[in-house]
Amino acid sequence: MDGTIFLFLLQDGVINGAVYALVAIALVLVFGVTRVILVPQGEFVAFTALTVAALENGNAPPTAWLLLALGGLAAISELVRHFRDLTVRRLVRIALFDLALPVALLLLTRALAPMKLGQVANILLAITLITPMGPMIYRIAFAPIAHSSVLVLLMASFGVHFSLMGLGLVFFGPEGTGTAPLSSQSFALGDLVVTGQSVAVVAVTGLLLVLFAIFFGRTLLGKALRACSSNRIGARLVGIPTGAAGQIAFALAALLGAVSGVLVGPLMTVAYDSGFLIGLKAFVAAILGGLVSYPLTVLAALGVGFAEALFSFWASNFKEVLVFTLIIPVLAWRSVYAPHAEEAE
Amino acid sequence: MTAPLLDVRGLSVAYGRAEVVHDVSIAVTQGALVTVIGANGAGKTTLLNAIMGLLKARGRIEFRGADVSSVALESRVKAGLCLVPERRELFADMPVEDNLLLGGFRRTRAERSQTIEQIYARLPRLKERREQLAGTLSGGERQMLAMGRALMARPTLLMLDEPSLGLAPRIVRDVFHILTDLRQTGVSILLVEQNARAALEVADYAYVMELGAITKQGSPTDIAQDPRLVESYLGLGGNEY
Ligand SMILES: Nc1ncnc2c1ncn2[C@@H]1O[C@H](COP(=O)(O)OP(=O)(O)O)[C@@H](O)[C@H]1O
Ligand SMILES: [Mg+2]
Repeated sequence: MDGTIFLFLLQDGVINGAVYALVAIALVLVFGVTRVILVPQGEFVAFTALTVAALENGNAPPTAWLLLALGGLAAISELVRHFRDLTVRRLVRIALFDLALPVALLLLTRALAPMKLGQVANILLAITLITPMGPMIYRIAFAPIAHSSVLVLLMASFGVHFSLMGLGLVFFGPEGTGTAPLSSQSFALGDLVVTGQSVAVVAVTGLLLVLFAIFFGRTLLGKALRACSSNRIGARLVGIPTGAAGQIAFALAALLGAVSGVLVGPLMTVAYDSGFLIGLKAFVAAILGGLVSYPLTVLAALGVGFAEALFSFWASNFKEVLVFTLIIPVLAWRSVYAPHAEEAE
Repeated sequence: MTAPLLDVRGLSVAYGRAEVVHDVSIAVTQGALVTVIGANGAGKTTLLNAIMGLLKARGRIEFRGADVSSVALESRVKAGLCLVPERRELFADMPVEDNLLLGGFRRTRAERSQTIEQIYARLPRLKERREQLAGTLSGGERQMLAMGRALMARPTLLMLDEPSLGLAPRIVRDVFHILTDLRQTGVSILLVEQNARAALEVADYAYVMELGAITKQGSPTDIAQDPRLVESYLGLGGNEY
């Protein structure tokens, strides 16, 4: 392997790694706040890419219908769960967020889609359609069992994953597609050709990570979310509503997933079931970060991306196996040294 | 007579099938320091957690004249009810100052910045260590921080669960000083202690809890003179600080 190939692989690795970092950060966040290992995180990624692809073709994406379906389920779940203590405020919130919002977005996408408004509009619309799914899913599947063990939550998480896969097949169909590159420019850096796409991926990821660092480091809301992962009882005692915190964590996870979907759309063929593998690799990074440390998780994600690039060059048939095998020695090493996620109560 | 600030009536609490607090009634009047003493395992922590809303309970919990027994914990905090738990439950991986600020989560930004200055003035140790991670504090400092965090919520009624547990005698004295100090500022206090001698010294009114039930109540001097209690809780020279 000469230097040029190495640089090329490095570029490839950084692009993959950046996307894994966004997904992995979402996993760490959701686990910290709610103790849910968010298996369906990859679905947000895949569904977003498929939504952008539909919009690029001038079709109304089925995502809006999926959102409406999830909104309906969330409304039912909420009504059943709070049957005894329904307040006007809660009813208004259900009507607005679970029903009015999806209907409004459905009408909006159907109006806008044929106009082919261009890339920026497509991306914003896709992100707007996907993000509210996070809190809806939380309220459908996880809020009712919020105090269960990590294992029960994990099984529910797999349940949501398979349900979303089913819904994805119904709504998006089995075919895979790609989306237009974010930038078709490229420039030479010595021997290396740097594509505008890879610059866009790194820039967007970097920007999001900085915004998150500010949010969690400086704002009271961000600190309150961290407090939920630091000490759940302490968080409740100071009056942080943990259910609302869970919803915010899921909204942020869906948002991060959506942005990742925008970034990977041009890089690979995405089908309704492509998300799982992305989520699984991000999960490797999240585990390497101990499910607690954001900086470690980002580093690990870059490592996973680079390893994947290397393996696909050396032994492309085995690249997935090799990436997942990587976790064993690192875990063995970490089990000796690194910080651990809080044990389940 | 005006209604008490906190009026708990017929409260029963169970873990699964096992009921550990049976039909307990206690009251705290405005401005008072009331203590519940009792041996390890009597159900004191369970009682406080149920009043706070961490545990589900049967019975009536009236706070400031309103029944709060079906009100969510975060709304009880907003109403002015606050608990310093037995295990402190600090945010160990966050700095002292963030722990305090989060204590005022239910208050406005202006109230938070005003209260934190008052707390720093009252507990200068915390100000010195504002940047330090809560998990690295000494036992006494952690208890101070737990109390400071609770005060950030500007409680009307502060409940403390064994604030002297595991602390050196000198620090226990500091903690009780702070409590009597706080009382001067008008905060009502419900204090749960195994250290009965110290608790009875500062309290206006006392309850004795045994096996999940209140078995005796009265003025601290009466309680302290009950021969049976002297034997079982106050010891002869034991438990002093
Ligand atoms: N989480 C729990 N599950 C089951 N039983 C508990 C739990 N916590 C406490 N208990 C039991 O309830 C009783 C009262 O405990 P606790 O309220 O902690 O007493 P105290 O604070 O007075 O020492 C004890 O018998 C204890 O074993
Ligand atoms: Mg106790």
